[in-house]
Amino acid sequence: MIEMRDISKRYGDFQVLKNCSTRVAQGEVVVVCGPSGSGKSTLIKCVNGLEPFQKGAITVDGVSVGDRKTNLTKLRARIGMVFQNFELYPHMTVARNIRLAQEKVLGRSPGEAQAKAMALLARVGLAEQADKHPGQLSGGQQQRVAIARALAMDPIAMLFDEPTSALDPEMINEVLEVMVELAQEGMTMMVVTHEMGFARKVAHRVVFMDEGEIVEDAAKEDFFGAPRSERAQKFLSKILHHI
Amino acid sequence: MGFDVGVIVQSLPFLMQGLGLSLLLTVLAAAGGIVMAVALALMRLSGITALSLIAAAYVNFFRSMPLILVIFWFFFLVPLMIGRPVGGFYSALIAFTLFEAAYYAEIVRAGIQSVSRGQVAAGYATGLSYGQTMRFIVLPQAFRNMTPVLLTQAIVLFQDTSLVFVVSLRDFMTATTIVARNEGRLIEMYLFAAAVYLVICLAGSLYVRRLQRKFAR
Repeated sequence: MIEMRDISKRYGDFQVLKNCSTRVAQGEVVVVCGPSGSGKSTLIKCVNGLEPFQKGAITVDGVSVGDRKTNLTKLRARIGMVFQNFELYPHMTVARNIRLAQEKVLGRSPGEAQAKAMALLARVGLAEQADKHPGQLSGGQQQRVAIARALAMDPIAMLFDEPTSALDPEMINEVLEVMVELAQEGMTMMVVTHEMGFARKVAHRVVFMDEGEIVEDAAKEDFFGAPRSERAQKFLSKILHHI
Repeated sequence: MGFDVGVIVQSLPFLMQGLGLSLLLTVLAAAGGIVMAVALALMRLSGITALSLIAAAYVNFFRSMPLILVIFWFFFLVPLMIGRPVGGFYSALIAFTLFEAAYYAEIVRAGIQSVSRGQVAAGYATGLSYGQTMRFIVLPQAFRNMTPVLLTQAIVLFQDTSLVFVVSLRDFMTATTIVARNEGRLIEMYLFAAAVYLVICLAGSLYVRRLQRKFAR
C-alpha cells in the first residue's frame, strides 16, 4: 500500500532523512518510534506530500508522491492524517469540521456529509458534541474528532503523527482505544508514537529511527523480544523501564 | 456675538450630506482596499518570486507617497492619459482604495501568518486545494485575528477623507468649512466638527477594544 525507497531529505546542511526505505502492506499496522529529532514525523509527512523530499520515491496505492505529474490533492484525499496538535478548525463546529472536506473534496451533499459525521462521532463516542466548537472540548475529545474527520473521507490508509503526545496522561487511553479498534478492523496504519503498549497490542511491524535513519525495521515480536541494534536496545530500555 | 447653536442646527442637513460622503468613501475604500489587500498578501506569501516582488513593490510604493498626491494623480493626470475626466468622487475613491490596499496588505499578511501552519497542513491532508484551504480555513481565522487592526485603519481612513476638498468634493470637513465661512461662525462650526469626529472615532475605538477583549478570550 505504502512503499518508500531511499528517501533522503535535507534542510540546508542538516540531513533530516537518510536513505529511508520501508513499506506498509494493506491492512498492516506499522509503528514508527525513536528519540525526538530522529525524523519520524518528517518521514510520515513525506507519505502524503506535506513534506517534500529530495531523493528517493514513495508510492501510495501505486501512485508516486514525488512525481510532479501526480495530483497530490487527489491523493491526499484518500489518505487520512491525524496530527499531534489535533489541528481541528477552531472557527467551525465539530460537525462542520468533519463535513468540510466531504463536501468540498468528495462533493457529498450536506445531508450525506452530516449523516456520515454523526455516525463517526457516535463511533468515537462524541455524538453529543457535534454542535460544539473544538475549543470547548478536552484534548482527548478533540483528537477523537480529528480521527473522525480523517475517517470521513473513507481513506485507504491512515497516518498518525504522535497522536497522543500533546495529551494529558488521563486522556491518552480514550484516543488509543479508538486507534486499536481501527487497527483491529483492518485499517492500514502508519503510526508515529512512543506508546509501546499500543505497538505491542496491535502493530505488525515496528520501525525504529535514529538520526534520520531507519535503524531497525522488524516484526513486532522480534523488535520487542530481541532488538538487534544497540541504539534500539538503549531506546527501549529508556522508554520501557522508567518507573 | 456669543455662542450660536442655531447655526449648527440650521446647517445640519447640509453637514449631514458631507458626513454621508465621508462615510460612503470610508466604507467603499475600506471594502475595496481589503479585497485588493487579500490579493496582494497572497501574492506576497505565494513563494513565487515574481508575484512576491510585484506585491512588495506596490506596497512600498504607495506607503512612500502622501495620500494627497495620489488623489491629485487621479484627478489631474489620469484624465490626461485616458482622455476624459475621472471626476472628483471617483478619483478620490480610486486613490483611497489603492492607497489603503497597501496598508491593509501588510495587516492581512500578518493576519495570514498568525494562523498556524498546522491548520494549513490539516486542510491539505484532507485533500483541500490551496484555494479552498485559504478560503475556508486560513482567511476566516486570519480576519478574526485582524479585525481590530483593520477597523483601526478604517478609522484613520475616515479622518483622511477630509483631504478630498482638494478635488472639490464636499465631505463633512469641507461642508463645515463652507458654513463656517459663509455664516462667520468659525468657533461654533469647528468645535462641532471636532465633536463629531471625536464621537465617531471614539465609538469606533471602543468597538475595536470590545472586539479585542472578545477575541482574547
